[in-house]
Amino acid sequence: MKKILIILALSFLLTHPSWGLSDKFSDKVYTPQKLKPRDSNTHLKVGQRAPNFTLPAVNGGHVSLKDFQGKKNVVLSFIPAAWTPVCSEQWPGYNIVKDMFDEYEAILIGISVDNIPTLYAWLKEMGGLWFPVLSDFYPHGQVARRYGILRSDGMAERAIIIIDKKGVIRFFHVSDINKRPDLEVIVRGLEKVTSPRGRSPSP
Amino acid sequence: MGKGKKRALGLSLIFTILIFCLFQTGWAGPPAVGDKLPDFTLPAPKESGDRSYLGLTFLNRSFRIPELKAELVILQVFSMYCSYCQADAPHVNELYKLIEGNQALKGKVKIIGIGAGNSEFEAATFKKKYGIPFPLLADPDFRIHKILGEVRTPYFIGVKIQKDGSHRVILSRLGMINRADNFLTEIVKLADMK
Repeated sequence: MKKILIILALSFLLTHPSWGLSDKFSDKVYTPQKLKPRDSNTHLKVGQRAPNFTLPAVNGGHVSLKDFQGKKNVVLSFIPAAWTPVCSEQWPGYNIVKDMFDEYEAILIGISVDNIPTLYAWLKEMGGLWFPVLSDFYPHGQVARRYGILRSDGMAERAIIIIDKKGVIRFFHVSDINKRPDLEVIVRGLEKVTSPRGRSPSP
Repeated sequence: MGKGKKRALGLSLIFTILIFCLFQTGWAGPPAVGDKLPDFTLPAPKESGDRSYLGLTFLNRSFRIPELKAELVILQVFSMYCSYCQADAPHVNELYKLIEGNQALKGKVKIIGIGAGNSEFEAATFKKKYGIPFPLLADPDFRIHKILGEVRTPYFIGVKIQKDGSHRVILSRLGMINRADNFLTEIVKLADMK
């Protein structure tokens, strides 16, 4: 029985899909072991007011959630860790869909518990991003904790949270940490807030 | 059942699972030049323009590369999330234009993109963003990517198809093509085409 379990575990590891394929990151990323898919249980619900936060941005200055109130829908993209395979190939994809966020009058904000120097070097390696990336480093994972998505290993979950212009949570999606969420997940989330180009969703 | 028999059964089960896993991960690595492609099917593209580019009829639900009525097929393994692939997209479009503008090559050389780990939505997003004129196929669960030896992206595989239906790999390479004209000259030479 023990043997079979070992073999099953082995086969699972061997068949684990490959993420972070870009030649760009070929030997530069750290490949963690397969992690527990989800390691938190958020207390927040769709329809509740989003907890406000202010965090330092990698490009300088601070960004607060309330800065966007009345102006933009906000898509928060929490990622677990810089320099890992899945994360290194999530935000570069969002780099080519700025139009999509514009259509839904949304701003994208990336958040990671890594510190600013680490994030700075990582974003440089990506070739830069059009959206702000915030560091939730100190007090460690404070914002992730406030949103109920801080894991016991100190990383944030891989989560997409969409907040409307009134500051209300409209979409809350936590992925398996080992996988990248399909881009379509974000579009479906945005559709819950508004139709493209600011038309209100039909009743 | 005797203890020996039970053990033999257990061992053979373990062996089978291991072999299965090796197959699953594409242990063999990327297709080598001179070899045949591993046997796999691809889904026919959704867009009718893409289907007619590949010469597939409406009834085709899936196809194999060597079945295509072409002399040379260029497979591009990409991902919407790979910044090198994004940077290389205009070069591959240029390659398509050079092929289609050359009477000796038009209709004989085809390009197909395979989006490793990309959903249909993601492959379509990439296609729209760069105005890609050739078919891009989604490979959301890495099925094809595993068969192709889990290559990094972008990766290019040139497949020469003979008149008798046999085929062989003539180019298998990691990295951007950068200069479309140089890449085309090289691959046409490798494929022994005029």
